Amino acid sequence: MNSLRIFFVGGQITYRALFHWLTPQIYIPSLVVAPIFQILLFAYIGRSAGLESDEFYVVGNALQYAAVPCLFAMTQMIGGERYQNTLSAILVSPARRIPLFFGRAIPVVVNGAFVAAFSLAAGTVILGVDIPLSAVPALALVILVAAFSCTGLGLINAALSLRIRENAMLSNVLFGFLLIFTGANVPLGELPGWMRTMSEGLPFTHAIEAARELADGAAFGSVAGLVGTEVLIGLVYAAIGYALVRFMEGQSRRYATLERS
Amino acid sequence: MRLLRLLYVGWLFNLKNLTLSGFFIIVSVISPVVFASMAFLMFRAGARPGTLLFVAIGAGMMGIWSSTLFGSGGAIQWQRWQGTLEYSIAAPPPFIWVVLPLTIATATIGLYSLTSTLLWGWLFFDVPFELVHPGWFVLALPIAVLSLGLLGLVLAATFVLYRHANALGNLLEYPIWLVTGLLTGLALLPGWTRPLSWVLAPTWGVKALRESAIGGDPGFAILMSAGLGLVYLVIGHFCLQYFERLAREKATLALA
Repeated sequence: MNSLRIFFVGGQITYRALFHWLTPQIYIPSLVVAPIFQILLFAYIGRSAGLESDEFYVVGNALQYAAVPCLFAMTQMIGGERYQNTLSAILVSPARRIPLFFGRAIPVVVNGAFVAAFSLAAGTVILGVDIPLSAVPALALVILVAAFSCTGLGLINAALSLRIRENAMLSNVLFGFLLIFTGANVPLGELPGWMRTMSEGLPFTHAIEAARELADGAAFGSVAGLVGTEVLIGLVYAAIGYALVRFMEGQSRRYATLERS
Repeated sequence: MRLLRLLYVGWLFNLKNLTLSGFFIIVSVISPVVFASMAFLMFRAGARPGTLLFVAIGAGMMGIWSSTLFGSGGAIQWQRWQGTLEYSIAAPPPFIWVVLPLTIATATIGLYSLTSTLLWGWLFFDVPFELVHPGWFVLALPIAVLSLGLLGLVLAATFVLYRHANALGNLLEYPIWLVTGLLTGLALLPGWTRPLSWVLAPTWGVKALRESAIGGDPGFAILMSAGLGLVYLVIGHFCLQYFERLAREKATLALA
């Protein structure tokens, strides 16, 4: 019961505490308007290059932009504690680590999914892309799964923030990496072989592919495999992230580097 | 003479200072390389391949804009946080001579972007770096950077009114990349965006660099870059003067 409380209530309170600065004046320009312009930029580059339809870029970039809230926020959920000198208080508490860390991921996933869903809706309206209404529930699920799998990667990033100082830099690099490798803007078939191989193990790749098929009118059953793979990728990243957090926690205790910022 | 020295020393100091910032290295080197790679792959795969040098120069200019936007937009706010704003304003030279070297330095940092995208394109995407008009290119580059630095002065002077300058920076990064045609042809954009692109320095800066490198007549674009720079200088001067007086009157200079 206590673990459930830590998971749900603790996660929510932590999110509110660490993101008290995320006011509408910051949220709207960074997470509502910016993704729309990312979609427009790539849609116009795509038109210039004569590569794919607007729908391709709307779906790819809307989902991929969930990386910003998922990577940065997940890192902040742990790195932010260190910055505020509350990390040691949390790590000496007897709370179980799984609800403690994964509870923090829930608001991150929800926010990431909201950002992606809003961008998708706005991009669709602005560029006049036609997505069947019947696809909306399945698309919502795919978006949620994409945000979950990227949050798994965010947990790894968060673990690394226990050791490295410039975690925002690392998040930026990961964002760029995902932009290129997940097929958000370049069809996977056009990427060099080694990039295609890497893309298979990254968050978003399968979710974006599934979302594109759904937007083209496919039934959920036909993309269930892609969605399942995306969930699996998210679980693997989350497991690695958790193991890394515990490892870094141990290292930080051993070498007294917990509060080193 | 002393003002010129102040300008040079301020520019050099800020250039070194910004070079040590991981954030600026990301903004000016890694981010443009990511966007350049994406555009190279898109144009290579597309039905209209275009000129990859066109893309490399555009992606480099994207980095110059980003470093100017974040560096100049946050310049005064950072001075507030560091507690140096009062000293800078109280110093004998006019405040504009303190801010101007900083905004030009933020644009100069963007040269890392152009260098990195050209090198990246040459190394991994076989982009040839052969300039049709090398003389024009050598002239166009510093004028483009200076013009963006002067636009930075306007940003520095006006962003001070908005407490969340970084968020405003996030808001303006993509739209300016888009309307100034850094990676797309301006002709593809809706007609109403055209006047916006005309008053923005990156439009003329990138046009001048492209016409110098790929071919064309860059003279007009270079003139427009220089002319817009002068206009920004006048606007920035009056804005800074006005906001400085306002901050002194209301005693809000040090309020972060």
